[in-house]
Amino acid sequence: MDFAGNFASILLGGISAGTVLFIVSVGLSVTMGLMGFVNLAHGAFAMFGGYVIVLAMNRAHVGFTAALALGFVATAALSVILERALYRRLYRAGELDQVLFTIGLIFIFMAAITIVVGPESQPIMLPPELRGQLNLGFTQYRTYSVFLIVVGFLIVAGVWLAFERTHIGAQIRATVDNRRMAESLGINIDRLFTITFAFGSGMAAIGGGLGAEFLGLDPQYALKYLVYFLIAVSVGGLGSVVGVYYASLLLGVLDFVLKLYLPKGGTIFIYALTILLLLWRPQGLFGRKAT
Amino acid sequence: MTEIRLETRALSRHFGALIAVNEIDFKLNAGARHALIGPNGAGKTTFINLLTGVLPPTHGRVLLADRDITDRAQAERVKLGIARTFQINRLFRGLSVLENVCISVAERLGAAPSMFYPAGRRTDVIEESMHLLETLKLVDDAGDRVSELPYGRQRLVEIAIAIGLKPEVLLLDEPAAGVPSAESHIILDAIERLPEHIAVLIIEHNMDVVFRFAKRVTVMVGGAVFAEGTPREIEANPQVRAVYLGQAGRG
Amino acid sequence: MTVAASPVEPAAVAKRIVHPAARVLIGRHRFQWWEVLPWLAAIGFYFAFPDYLGFGTELLIAILFALSLDLALGYAGIITLGHAAFFGGGAYTVGLLAFHGIWTEPITSLLLAAVAAAVVGFASGLVLLRTQGLTLLMLTLCTTALLGEGANMAHDYTGGFDGLPSLPIAPVFGVFEFNPLYANTQYLYSLAALLVCFLFVRTLVYSPFGQSLTGIRENLLRMHAVGSPVRRRLVICYTISAAIAGIAGGLWAQTNAYVNLSALDLDRAATVLIILILGGHGRLYGAFVGAVAYLALEHLLARIYPTAWQLGLGLLLVMIALFARNGILGLGEVLWRRYLAGRAAS
Repeated sequence: MDFAGNFASILLGGISAGTVLFIVSVGLSVTMGLMGFVNLAHGAFAMFGGYVIVLAMNRAHVGFTAALALGFVATAALSVILERALYRRLYRAGELDQVLFTIGLIFIFMAAITIVVGPESQPIMLPPELRGQLNLGFTQYRTYSVFLIVVGFLIVAGVWLAFERTHIGAQIRATVDNRRMAESLGINIDRLFTITFAFGSGMAAIGGGLGAEFLGLDPQYALKYLVYFLIAVSVGGLGSVVGVYYASLLLGVLDFVLKLYLPKGGTIFIYALTILLLLWRPQGLFGRKAT
Repeated sequence: MTEIRLETRALSRHFGALIAVNEIDFKLNAGARHALIGPNGAGKTTFINLLTGVLPPTHGRVLLADRDITDRAQAERVKLGIARTFQINRLFRGLSVLENVCISVAERLGAAPSMFYPAGRRTDVIEESMHLLETLKLVDDAGDRVSELPYGRQRLVEIAIAIGLKPEVLLLDEPAAGVPSAESHIILDAIERLPEHIAVLIIEHNMDVVFRFAKRVTVMVGGAVFAEGTPREIEANPQVRAVYLGQAGRG
Repeated sequence: MTVAASPVEPAAVAKRIVHPAARVLIGRHRFQWWEVLPWLAAIGFYFAFPDYLGFGTELLIAILFALSLDLALGYAGIITLGHAAFFGGGAYTVGLLAFHGIWTEPITSLLLAAVAAAVVGFASGLVLLRTQGLTLLMLTLCTTALLGEGANMAHDYTGGFDGLPSLPIAPVFGVFEFNPLYANTQYLYSLAALLVCFLFVRTLVYSPFGQSLTGIRENLLRMHAVGSPVRRRLVICYTISAAIAGIAGGLWAQTNAYVNLSALDLDRAATVLIILILGGHGRLYGAFVGAVAYLALEHLLARIYPTAWQLGLGLLLVMIALFARNGILGLGEVLWRRYLAGRAAS
């Protein structure tokens, strides 16, 4: 393959990987920016949703789109229950308690899935339209990867528009900016948290399902990729949809490139870059500086 | 001639396009009892934050007894003799009242860095802290956890911590704010009993407190000094009445 | 209000202080009678369970490691997932020195491990402790992950996943040999190290320095406003904490005569955090209680029912975060206070 083709395929590979990371992490960025809550269990929601989607397709022979919708709804519903019952009690608690609580949730999810489904990795059967290669003119590339990239772009555009143009988006932005003032303006913070949390977890489910083909789906998922979700969110900047998009794509491309050329030491590079970036800009690339 | 303990020259702080503090020249003498009043959002707390080093100024200078402290960090300024209380209590909530004051006194006496003997052996710290509690009538609460005290007494602990630093300049940010009126007299008594040589600047909304306590008043509006004078002069000033006193009134 | 810090004998001053709250502060560092119990129990364990001394050694080392974390987390409020870096640093210092035959004397090796870990702690503390909260947590997480990867990459030196086996450790004082089958020397050696480190930490905690750390934990902004050089205190505390974690790591390498990557990984960092929280952080003996509870449960359950263990641990953590933030000791305090209140009422 010529250089351009090589370059394009690396770029596309990285971007599609980054897109999966984005779809899972966007919910985490918004809820952490909005609620200031360290939700390490976000990956567990992605895992749960992924399992719902994949099992619906494999065992119940539900269609692809229907399975995605089912995963979204089921995970959003579960997250609302957990938020109302448990998370709510810890909003005023310190980081330590939040970290412990969410680590505990991760263990519970992991064990529950092992008991109910089993420890094996779940295979995913892509619908026939999404298999195979697509001719993009300058190169051929996997149809599914292109599909992911397009979906990711639609999501970031859609969410960004929702933030900028809708009433609730404005409320979220105001609360992220200055919670006390938002409250005094009469915004119902509790309801906002619940809705955002549900949406974020539902998105994570979609990411878990869509990314299953690439990241795999087994009970270790929640822990395996936790550091990556956290890096995407902190580097992008809490509460910034655009930030986590860029950070995820950057991370995806870097990871892809490093796996090709530096298979042994790649991840060190990513960790080192993250550390340097957070030291230079603790609020991330697009985050709000703490006053 | 009374010496100037604290001075600012053209002190300003901008937040983007918003000018929170605008070219303020301010002097505070030894022994001063000076009140800073003004509508909400006038920049009073921002001004205090500039004085104490919590915020860096956009331009202008802060001088403490002729020494330029504009570039000094908050903790350094405290060591040079300026202390403050916060509008919302910042106390060591899980610790007892006595421990709260001991931490402050230990810092001042230079005991705090010591690692190899027990804090209990610094009886000078403990004795001085107990004396301070006696002057503020907090002795009965000495062993109680701060979080368990009524709000008025917590406010008093906030003042005790600041006094424990034996400052030359004391900045009180709405010391009676949030205190139920039944308890506010203890705050006012404490302020009245402050050592005479200390220069005290107090932000207040309650004009009764201002009249009882202040010898000079500065009115701040929109980040700038609007008027300055004795309490009587300020009260009689028609412009001040229009802008502020009409709202606050005599409580 | 002029109380001069006159050169009067502290004992004389202490005599004239009568207020109960002040007397509490004056006498707080004194040894309570029940503080000797854990040590008696440890010695009793030695005689009562000679076949379990390997487990006992593991327990003692876990206590020391959790104790080091308590200094940083429980007393200074530094929330970190990075302490495994110091444990691993100490372990590999001992391991590398022994493996290449450079130095095998155990006690001095431990001191070297402490110094190495302290250097890493000081350097990372200077850099990381500029941040707080979530950013700090992320940085400690990334640092641990990075060191783990780095150690894996440098497998020519570190032995990679298999580690450095069969470390030659010289006998303690030239007399007491480490027997891989019968862990009596290891146990007593670790117990002695734990005792020395514990006394050191205890002194630190009750000193004025320790009191200022508590101030930093309780209200960071207030500490700045009383003139405390906060960052300096945090870095010193972090460095000392790292040194002690390094000693724990060194002990681990010596008593197992083996070191591998598990000394540095996230699993170890998370486990020590869980142990400390379970026992109760900010309370000297939380490390003891937490380590005993956790390791006992783990040994009983994890091997037989690993998934049930994971589920149980998850539920335990959720319960602690919601209802028992101060761990077992915290619960004990609440119950004790209720008992006292009940007695006072009747």
